[in-house]
Amino acid sequence: MNDVLLSAKNLSVRFGGVLAVNDVSFDVKRGEVFTLIGPNGAGKTTVFNLISRIYTPTTGTIDYAGPEGMLRLTDQAPHRIASLGIARTFQNIELFEHATVLQNLLIGRHTHRRTGLLSELFFTAKTRAAEIEAREKVEQVIELLDLQHHRESMVAGLPYGVRKVVELARALCTEPKLLLLDEPSSGLNVEETDDMAFWITDIKDELGITVLMVEHDMGLVSKVSDRVLAMSQGQQLATGTPTEVQADPGVIEAYLGSVDDVSSLRRENHKVNA
Amino acid sequence: MQLLQLLISGVAQGCIYGLIALGFVLIYKATETVSFAQGDLMMVGAFGGLAAMTLLGFPFWLSVPAAIIGMALFGVLLERIVIRPILGQPAFSIVMLTIGVGYVLRGVITMIPNIGTDTHTLPVPYAGEVLRLGALVISAEQIVVIGVTALLCGGLFAMFRYSKLGIAMQASSQNQLAAYYMGIPVKRLNGLVWGLAAGVAAIAGLLLAPITFVHANMGFIGLKAFPAAVVGGFTSLPGAIVGGLIIGVVEALSGFYLPEGFKDIAPYIVVLLMLVLKPNGLFGEKLRKKV
Amino acid sequence: MRFLFKTDYDQDIRLAKHGGHVFWYSLLGLFLLSAPFTVDEYWLSQMTFVLIYAIVGLGLMLLAGFTGLFSLGHAAFLGVGAYTQAIMVNAGLPFPLALACAGLLSAAVGMVVGLPALRVKGIYLGMATLAFGFIVEEGMARWEQMTGGNAGLMVQYPKLFGMELDTTGEFYALCLVICVAATLGIVNLMRSSTGRAFVAIRDSEISAQSMGIHLARYKTLSFALSAFLAGIGGALYAHKIQFLSPDQFGIIQSIDLLLMVVIGGLGSIHGAFLGAIFLIVMPQLISLGKDFLPAAIGQAAGLQGTVYGLVLIAFVLFEPMGLYGRWLKVRTWFQLFPFYRKGMFKRQKSFQKSDRLK
Repeated sequence: MNDVLLSAKNLSVRFGGVLAVNDVSFDVKRGEVFTLIGPNGAGKTTVFNLISRIYTPTTGTIDYAGPEGMLRLTDQAPHRIASLGIARTFQNIELFEHATVLQNLLIGRHTHRRTGLLSELFFTAKTRAAEIEAREKVEQVIELLDLQHHRESMVAGLPYGVRKVVELARALCTEPKLLLLDEPSSGLNVEETDDMAFWITDIKDELGITVLMVEHDMGLVSKVSDRVLAMSQGQQLATGTPTEVQADPGVIEAYLGSVDDVSSLRRENHKVNA
Repeated sequence: MQLLQLLISGVAQGCIYGLIALGFVLIYKATETVSFAQGDLMMVGAFGGLAAMTLLGFPFWLSVPAAIIGMALFGVLLERIVIRPILGQPAFSIVMLTIGVGYVLRGVITMIPNIGTDTHTLPVPYAGEVLRLGALVISAEQIVVIGVTALLCGGLFAMFRYSKLGIAMQASSQNQLAAYYMGIPVKRLNGLVWGLAAGVAAIAGLLLAPITFVHANMGFIGLKAFPAAVVGGFTSLPGAIVGGLIIGVVEALSGFYLPEGFKDIAPYIVVLLMLVLKPNGLFGEKLRKKV
Repeated sequence: MRFLFKTDYDQDIRLAKHGGHVFWYSLLGLFLLSAPFTVDEYWLSQMTFVLIYAIVGLGLMLLAGFTGLFSLGHAAFLGVGAYTQAIMVNAGLPFPLALACAGLLSAAVGMVVGLPALRVKGIYLGMATLAFGFIVEEGMARWEQMTGGNAGLMVQYPKLFGMELDTTGEFYALCLVICVAATLGIVNLMRSSTGRAFVAIRDSEISAQSMGIHLARYKTLSFALSAFLAGIGGALYAHKIQFLSPDQFGIIQSIDLLLMVVIGGLGSIHGAFLGAIFLIVMPQLISLGKDFLPAAIGQAAGLQGTVYGLVLIAFVLFEPMGLYGRWLKVRTWFQLFPFYRKGMFKRQKSFQKSDRLK
C-alpha cells in the first residue's frame, strides 16, 4: 500500500490580481498529522478549499490515493470529495443551523446511503434498517466526542465551543480516510483545546485517520503534529517536524520580523530586566 | 421610421421600469431585502399627486413635490415600523411581508370611498401635447418621462459621488458593520434609503399617471420592473436604469413585430436568457460566501 | 410535563412519537373518515378544498420550506396539472391515467423551471420562477385549441371504478385518500436521507456539498416532487371547480400559495395543513365579520386584500414561525409550566453579507 495519501504539486491559484497560493508542494503520508501553519493571509485555508474543490487551481495538481489507486483530485466534482473519503471542517463553522445536532451528524452519513427515492417514499424495511444503522454509527461518534446531552438541541442555540465539536463530529461521521481540520482550536479555551488535542490524537491512533490541519496555536501544533508546513503570503517557507520548522529562520522572520528586529527586541528585554 | 417611433415609446416605458427598478436596487443594497411593495408605492404616489391637486387644490407645481416628499416620509415610516424589526429573518419571509404591504396599500386605496376601483385622470399641464419631428410623433408625456429620468439619474449620481450622505450610503451598503464603527448612523440611513426609494417610486407614478391613468392596480407594472432589475444586476444602480430601458424597448418591439401575447411575456423571456447567460445581470457582482 | 425518555432508535424514527400522538391523530382520522356522514355539504366542500390546497402546500413546503428554494410562480404547476387532467378526462381517458399524467407532466415542467436553480440563488431564482409562471400562464391562454384559452374549459366529473364521483361526499373521499398518501410520502421522505439532504441544501450549500450531496440532483428532485404534488392538486382542483380559465393560475394564485406556507409555518408539514385551513377559512371569516363593521369599511371592495395583507404582515412581524410555530410555543408553555422561558424559540438572525449590523 502506498505511503502517500495526498500529494500536492506546484499548486497555484490566482484570484484576479492576487496570487493567493504560489507554487506550493507537499505530501501527506498515511496515518500522520500534517499541519499547515503561517500568519493570517498565508493561503492555508485556500489550500484546503483547493483540496475540497471549492476552488480550482490555476496551475498545479493534487493527487489522492483513491480506492483504485492514485487519482487526480482536481478532476473531481466537489460533491465527489466526500465519497472519496475526504472530510473537512470549516474555519467559520458551516453547520446546518436550523436542524438538530443529531440531524447534522446524520447528514454526515449521506455518502453511505444505500436507499433510493422510492424505498424512502414508502419507508420500506430496507430504509428502516438503513436508518437504524446510520444512527448506530452516529452514536459511536457522539460517544467519542461526548455530545450526548446536545443530541436533540438545535445547532443555532449552541455555544461556540460545542459547535466546533459538532462540526468535527459531522466530519467524522463520513468515515473519512483524510480529515481536513481548519483551525480546530480557534475560539476554544484552554480546557477545550486540551480536549481537542486528545481527540486529534485519538482520531489518528484509534481510528487510523490521516489528519491535515491548519492551526495557529503552536502548543497544539507541537503536541499533535508529525510534520509541519509553514506558509506565508501564499508561498511555502519550510517543511519538516515541528521543532525543525519553528527553528527555521525564514519562518521566524515571517512571524516575528527579521533577525535584526528580534535581536533588538532581546536588547530591549535585557535593559528592562537589568 | 416606425422603428424609431417604437424605440422612443420603448425608452419612455423603460424609464418607468428603470425608476421602479432603481427603488428595488436601492433597498436591496441597503437592507438586503427585496421589496415587492415598490409598484404599489408608485401607485400611492400617483394617488397622492391626484389628491393634492383635487382635494387640496394645490397647483401642479406644488402637488408634485408635495406628493414626492409625502411618499418619502411614508417610506421612512414604513422602514421604521415594519422593516427594521424583521431584518435578519430569511429573505423569503421579508419578501412575503412586502407583498403584504402591497396588498394593504392596494386594499386601503380601493376602500377609500371616491376612489374605489375606478380610473382617474391626473390633470397635468402638458397633457395631450405632442412634438412633431417630420413623421415622428413624440407625446409630451414621453418627453417629460425621459427628461425627468435623465435629470433624476444625474442628480442621484451627483449625490452618491459628491455628497457626504451619498458616500455614507455607499459605505453602508458595502460593509454595514465597518460603516457603523466609522460613526455612520446606519439605521437612520436605512430609513433614508427607503424614503428615497419611495420618493423615486412616487416620481415614477406621477410620470406614468398621464399615460396609463391612475387606478388601484397600477402597481402591477412593478412586476415588470423586476426583470429590469435582474437584467441590470440587483446590486447596480445604473444597471437598474439600463435594465429598464432594455426591457422597455424589448417590450415595444415585440408588441409590434411578434404575434399577440408575446408582448406581455417578452420581459420574462429576457430574464430567463439573462439568467442563463449572465446570472448576475449585466453589471451585478457575484457574491460568494467565504469559507 | 412530558419527558420523552428514549431507549430505542425506533422511537426516534417512527411516525407517532408517543401515546399522545397516536391518540390525537386517531381522533383526527375518525373525524375525517366520518365527515361525509356528519358534516353538512357546504363545509364538506370546504374541507375538500382544504385537502386539495394542502396537497399543493405540501409540495411548496418541500421546495421552499425544506429545501429553501424560492418559487414565486408555483401556480403554473397547478395550472399544468389542472389543464392536463381536464383535457385528458374530457377526451375520455381513465381518471387514474389522467391523474398520473397531470402529476408527471407538472413534474417535467418543474424540472425545467428548476434549471435556473442550479446556477442562481435567492432572489434571482425567485425571479426565474416568477418569469416561468407568467410564461406558462400566457401559454395556457394562447394555446386555445387545447385549453380553450380565455374563454375557459369545462371539466367532467371524475370516473373511478366505473362509477361517477358526482357527489360531494364521494369526491371528498377521493381527495382524502390522495392527501393522506401524499402526506405519508412526504413525511417518510423527510425522516430519511433525501429529506435531510434537502434541509442541508437550505441551510448551507457549501457544507452540503462537502458532505457529498449532489446539489444539482437534489435541487432538481425537489422541484420535480414539488411540481408533481402541485400537478396532482391541480388535477383535483380542476374536478372541484369544474370550469378552468388561465387567470385562475396567475400571480395572485401563486402569492396565495406562498401565503399559505408562510402563515402555516415554513419548514413544517403541519404548516401546509394549517395554512390551507387558513386560506379557505379566512374569506369566510371576512364575510362573517363584514356585517359587524361600519358600512364604509365592510362593504368596500378592497377589504379582503387589506385583511390578507395585514395578517401577512402581522405574522411575519410577530410570529415568523407561523401558525404551527405559535402552536408549538403554546404547547411548550403548557408542557413546561411554569418553567417556560421567553427566549426559548428565539430565531437566529442570518444575513447574506456577514457584516450586517445585527
